[in-house]
Amino acid sequence: MRERTAKWFKSGTPWIWLNAGAVSVSLLMVLGLLALITVRGMSFFWPSDVLDAQYKQSNGTEIRLIGAIDRTETVSVARVRDSGYTLEGEEPVDRHLIKVGNRDVYGADFRLVLQPFLTDIKYPEDILVAERREWGNFYGFLLSISEGGKVIAEGDAAKQLLPERLEHALDLFDEIRSIQQREIGSINYQLERLRLKQRSLELKGVDDSNAYAAIDKETESLQKEYDIQREKMTTLFEQIRRDSIRVETMDGRKIDIPLEKVVRVYYPNAMGMFAKLGFYFAKVWEFVSAEPREANTEGGIFPAIFGTVMMVLIMSVLVTPFGVIAAVYLREYAKQGLIIRIIRIAVNNLAGVPSIVYGVFGLGFFVYFLGGNIDALFFPEAQPAPTFGTPGIIWSSLTLALLTLPVVIVATEEGLARIPRAIREGSLALGATKAETLWRIVIPMASPAMMTGLILAVARAAGEVAPLMLVGVVKLAPSLPLDGNFPFLHLERKFMHLGFHIYDVGFQSPNVEAARPLVYATSLLLIIVIVLLNLAAIYIRNHLREKYRSLEN
Amino acid sequence: MNTDATDVQDDKMESTAPRTHAINIGNLGRDNTVAEQGETEIALKVNDLDLYYGEKQALKKIRLDIPRNRVTAFIGPSGCGKSTLLRCFNRMNDLVDNVRIDGQITLDDENIYSKHLNVAELRRRVGMVFQKPNPFPKSIYENVAYGLRILGIKDKRRLDETVEKALRGAALWDEVKDRLQDNALGLSGGQQQRLVIARAIAVEPEVLLLDEPASALDPISTLKIEELIYELKDKYTIVIVTHNMQQAARVSDYTAFMYMGELVEHADTNTLFTNPSQKQTEDYITGRYG
Repeated sequence: MRERTAKWFKSGTPWIWLNAGAVSVSLLMVLGLLALITVRGMSFFWPSDVLDAQYKQSNGTEIRLIGAIDRTETVSVARVRDSGYTLEGEEPVDRHLIKVGNRDVYGADFRLVLQPFLTDIKYPEDILVAERREWGNFYGFLLSISEGGKVIAEGDAAKQLLPERLEHALDLFDEIRSIQQREIGSINYQLERLRLKQRSLELKGVDDSNAYAAIDKETESLQKEYDIQREKMTTLFEQIRRDSIRVETMDGRKIDIPLEKVVRVYYPNAMGMFAKLGFYFAKVWEFVSAEPREANTEGGIFPAIFGTVMMVLIMSVLVTPFGVIAAVYLREYAKQGLIIRIIRIAVNNLAGVPSIVYGVFGLGFFVYFLGGNIDALFFPEAQPAPTFGTPGIIWSSLTLALLTLPVVIVATEEGLARIPRAIREGSLALGATKAETLWRIVIPMASPAMMTGLILAVARAAGEVAPLMLVGVVKLAPSLPLDGNFPFLHLERKFMHLGFHIYDVGFQSPNVEAARPLVYATSLLLIIVIVLLNLAAIYIRNHLREKYRSLEN
Repeated sequence: MNTDATDVQDDKMESTAPRTHAINIGNLGRDNTVAEQGETEIALKVNDLDLYYGEKQALKKIRLDIPRNRVTAFIGPSGCGKSTLLRCFNRMNDLVDNVRIDGQITLDDENIYSKHLNVAELRRRVGMVFQKPNPFPKSIYENVAYGLRILGIKDKRRLDETVEKALRGAALWDEVKDRLQDNALGLSGGQQQRLVIARAIAVEPEVLLLDEPASALDPISTLKIEELIYELKDKYTIVIVTHNMQQAARVSDYTAFMYMGELVEHADTNTLFTNPSQKQTEDYITGRYG
């Protein structure tokens, strides 16, 4: 027996099992993580049924409860008794977290209820859920629709009229938004530029009255245009405020909701499977394409996706040339000696510095020193308001470029070292100089290795949050860093980031229960964004590899 | 022999212009057979060349003349310095750390180790083919056009013409003319080596250095390379390093035998193989060592 065990150990089989086991455990953990955030995140968008039931509270009074079950957990009887309920038996009981919505009426969106005290559970088909721009969801019954304070439809007629009226209100809302963002945004942007131009003339001491007159004239014409747009907006506002709905809550209170505050209404209990699926995908699409509402706990996260991708792209553009040039110098030109060894060690250690330290450095050096000096030199007219001397996307990208520089340098150096000597000599023997050889042969052949470095850099940078909080990320950015106003790319602007969004929604949100699924959904999206960025880089790398397939033998 | 060379010969008869060293002076002086072939112009002249790798001396007082438009073969046992000597002609040894070179090599009476010399220009004039085929990971066309692009030639027609001429010159045109845009790494080893030769002759060098060009190839490819060398010697001065004595005997006009960093004997190939003047040479070619 012992002999057999010894033989088994000698055969190497245990090591194979050990390795396979380790790989399986790692794989399982990754899949488990993905499964968890996918399930938790994606179930958030599903329109769950809304129950209508009687509930006996701890003080013995009975109330009517309308809401959707958000989560269910099992609690021990002892804990239930401690919270003032009287309960027979020793069996643990189910406790539901029910989303009752109507924060404006009840003060809180969620209620904890115990399964044994819920009676008379029904799922009436006419329960209406309204997503609103303020105060979260509404759960209740539709009573009537009013136009300018006058009731125009009640009961079933109201239910039929509602979609049409809501559509109208949403169209108006989109129009108002578009005017606010495009026309008025652009006018404001130009007005600000004119103001800066005038200030700059004043600072330069120009006293040519024609110049000022030209600015004044332009300002005036912009002002006129602004008035026209405002006029348009006022009419639109009047129109959008025209309609409102009257609804009844679970405790019989009747409230009016203006349709301008409503995003969408639906009757979850009346929806079939396909209707729910359609609704689900509409919600998912809204999540990835729309802007956030209500302190980021509702709506979409498009600005965060956009900010993340853009920051990573700018970082890639910055880090690649820096890293490649540094690696080429270290590997190809520098005389290999003590100093180069020290530099290499320093570069490698740079990779181990905690990222928040980079954030502090970025704030001190990039934002205050570099940005401050840029402001003083090029934007004196905007002072004391900072232009570049404040956290912004360019500083975030630069800070992360610094953070990921070692990865790119190391990967590129390894790539350069792998180019066969024979190929370099072949080029040199044809009369190419060292620089020409590098530029035409060596660097193209090492480009897959550079891409590998960039892939690692992107993976690290896209997930980094801590340093960004110091150098450019904000909870809510008023405008994207890329828009239709010249010069289109606004590198000095602050931006939103998925990683920070997770932190913000998860920890800083006033409505924790409502925000929780969003944390999962945003995490999932962050992973998807990183995977997509990486896949793009891997695709490019494989393409390059195929193109510059070097002599492996 | 082309007319230029004849002119030079005439010059030689009238004056002793430095350009026109005849082959029958220097090391080959004692050899009658060389003179019988007629006086040949010298392309490369090596004068008291010493080369050190750090402390170790790899070449010792080499004196050698390489005749123009002839094939000169270097033979000798491994580590005797023949490749090192070859790599001195286009200053490839500059790339090695800790290398020190004393003495002179002149190409057309210009010292190639002069400080004022443009090394890239020298390497264009002295092409080199390495032991293992080393095509660039580019298309066949781009491989051949590489040297031209380095020279700054952008004219598409001129590039096309030169590429075709070089590929024809390397006896590869018929095999690759339909797939010039394919990756050169898809060619066979022998084709790759001829491609590398085409690449070298595309920039029209004066001298072609071949460092064991057939050692990594199969016998048929080797034969093709040898035939090619035979054809190329009309246009180029060829210096070939080889392990294979039969190959040296087949392709070369002159052979230099090196041993332990020294040039033992340099003579007409026929003479060296049939009637070597040095004992060491005889021992080597009869297989007593090496």
